[in-house]
Amino acid sequence: MRILPQQSRLPDGRLHLHDGPIDLIIEAFGEVAAVETAYAAAWRRFAAILDELCAELPLLREQATSTGARPSGVVARRMADAVAPLCVARFITPMAAVAGAVADEILRVMTIGAKLRRAYVNNGGDIALHLLPDESFSIGMVDRPDRPSLIGSAMISGRDSVRGVATSGWRGRSFSRGIADAVTVLASSAAQADAAATLVANAVDLPGHPAVGRTPATALDPQSDLGERPVTIDVGPLAPHDIDDALTAGLDEAERLRRAGLLQAAALRLCGRTLLCGAEAVQTAERLPVRSKCEVGQRMENLAV
Amino acid sequence: MAEPDDKIRCDACPVLCYIRPGMTGACDRYANRDGELVRVDPHVLLERTLQDGGEVVPFMIPAREWSGDILNAPTPIVTAIGAGTTYPDYKPAPFIVSSKVDGIDMVTVVTEGIYSYCGVKLKIDTDRHLGPECATVRAKGEPVGHVTTGEYGSQMLSLGGVNHLTHGGKKEGRVTCETLLDLCSRKAVELTVDGGATVIVQAGLPPVVNGETEERMRVGCGSATIGMFAKQWYGKVDEVVVVDDHITGVLSEHQAGKLLGARDTGIKMKGRRSTPGRYFHVAEPGTGWGGANISDPLEIVAGFDKKVAWSGLTMLMVSTTGEQHAFYRLDDSLNPIEAPLPDTLRVSVERIRENCEPALCSVLFMGGAGGSLRAGVTENPVRLTRSVRQALTTVTAGGAPVIVWPGGGITFMVDVTLLPDNAFGYVPTPAIVAPIEFTMRLDDYAVLGGHVDHVRPLQDILDERRKKSADRDTMLAPARGEA
Repeated sequence: MRILPQQSRLPDGRLHLHDGPIDLIIEAFGEVAAVETAYAAAWRRFAAILDELCAELPLLREQATSTGARPSGVVARRMADAVAPLCVARFITPMAAVAGAVADEILRVMTIGAKLRRAYVNNGGDIALHLLPDESFSIGMVDRPDRPSLIGSAMISGRDSVRGVATSGWRGRSFSRGIADAVTVLASSAAQADAAATLVANAVDLPGHPAVGRTPATALDPQSDLGERPVTIDVGPLAPHDIDDALTAGLDEAERLRRAGLLQAAALRLCGRTLLCGAEAVQTAERLPVRSKCEVGQRMENLAV
Repeated sequence: MAEPDDKIRCDACPVLCYIRPGMTGACDRYANRDGELVRVDPHVLLERTLQDGGEVVPFMIPAREWSGDILNAPTPIVTAIGAGTTYPDYKPAPFIVSSKVDGIDMVTVVTEGIYSYCGVKLKIDTDRHLGPECATVRAKGEPVGHVTTGEYGSQMLSLGGVNHLTHGGKKEGRVTCETLLDLCSRKAVELTVDGGATVIVQAGLPPVVNGETEERMRVGCGSATIGMFAKQWYGKVDEVVVVDDHITGVLSEHQAGKLLGARDTGIKMKGRRSTPGRYFHVAEPGTGWGGANISDPLEIVAGFDKKVAWSGLTMLMVSTTGEQHAFYRLDDSLNPIEAPLPDTLRVSVERIRENCEPALCSVLFMGGAGGSLRAGVTENPVRLTRSVRQALTTVTAGGAPVIVWPGGGITFMVDVTLLPDNAFGYVPTPAIVAPIEFTMRLDDYAVLGGHVDHVRPLQDILDERRKKSADRDTMLAPARGEA
């Protein structure tokens, strides 16, 4: 039985939209009337978005190529556009950008008819941002959804080109071919960040390492866009040099993408250690406000065990 | 790997996931359990979170200024601490929480119970005599409970209960309530037993009996200690007496000594011989050696048989914790004369001590969810009881696991050290306020007549708390459980 899309307002006024696997938390800042207009626009657009995507699912699950068929939906095209520059020499499907593309699209319709100072659309951790030049957002980073702790933060200003944040890792909801606990990427859009985070997280890897458990994606999800490709299901204890090797491999990929302008910054996290790419944009836990420093330190120790 | 036929198709949304057995669909909300499409089991979250280090504290994660949603935060457990309640509880419990956002249709019915029928059971690890069974236990001079039957290595007190809380004088009720609250809040409380000792009790810490901090539980009764150490003593000393108010052991007569071929010493013990080498009632209970009222161990020895004993016979006397010991040699007239403990015996005395576990006070809060509390959860209170019996509903107190007594009602016990700080409160009735949560599937909740129309999404409560906490950080119980 098809459960219809749902909208609700949280007590603090934020908008919560839900349909199937899509779960959005939205907040806009500006005049009250503008915020309401933006929320109404978000809901109108949201109600159709999942059906629209599902109509093209088979195509969106196929490997992206520079010559392949182009999808027709607006969100689907955002997905395809985000992965197009990444598909050279890498396996990636438009699905790698689905969460970010939905967030971008909802944010787009919100800002068409309403003057907002700033706004965000958070699609399960893949976040699209709207910022006027003098506005900013601070973003906290969490590496393991099963053990919440801030491992770092990023201040994003309206004068930066960053408008998207995404996190990928094998512990998250989507499959990963790498072993990163979390790779958080800042990019020009949520779709772009989403796709880049997927690739960088895949690259944080130790091919053939006995401590890493893998299984074909289709063994877990018969319709996975990854097909028979192995995905990570377990990471056992790793030696410090293994952690370094894996993170360094990921950093190479992140640097490659950064030089190509496909991401602005990335934080790569594995077993309690963090490497940064484009470091000036990201603060690690050591530089978090004093109030939370102690707790973060404690948790980091736990993670390192 | 599962057979392709085992997968099922979910039609909850147009993604139309094929879901393999034991797996969830893309949304993480629907799962294939044995070929059936189900919502994810509600109890998993609670258990998983507890296992992962017990982040059982409610409502929001401290030190997070940015709204948690953007971080895709995990679901915290909602506990009843600070939920507030009304009395009598005819209105729906303050929070009936439904977490849909994180993919699980879980309902945690959260309330703070007001317990006029409640008390604490104290287990005080000591052999020292605190007072006779049934003796009244007082706090600030008021009767708050009594000494109940002793358990292994421990004295047991039962405090509170409806009679002290409501049937006694006004002052008695108030002091009882205060005492219970302090004990549950892990504060130190001084208790005196009529005809017995004064003891300072604090959950998780050693008891202080008549000003002396108890360090260790005994290794066993006197007889058991003989059994454990007979081999280490044989050949190094002629006689060993393990002084114990319950069962004093004598090596040469004890089965363990006989088996080794220990020679008779002609020792004559006071008290009543139970079986060879085991003596009851060698003295009166007290706070001296082995929980008896003696400071000189020779008080329990009546003498030596002149036909059997000999000049130069050596004897070790030791308590069941090894904390007290003395070594004697018989002189020509067969009088025991104290002598320095030989090094060969010192090892065994130290080993007794080493094998004694740290003495602690344990405080279990015991309360019963009365009809009116249960009515706050469901319109048909008895169904809640049945649901708990059938294990469809899990009961927790402040997120901590409880022992639910079999039989009627929902009467439970919980270790107060497992609850977060400041979890307990009181009302001037007088009665103790304690958190209690009932967790069940949303559909089970509807079946038992739950206040489904009052169910609120978890996120709402989180956000409301977050708003409130901006002005009042102290409302939040600090996190525990990392230790």
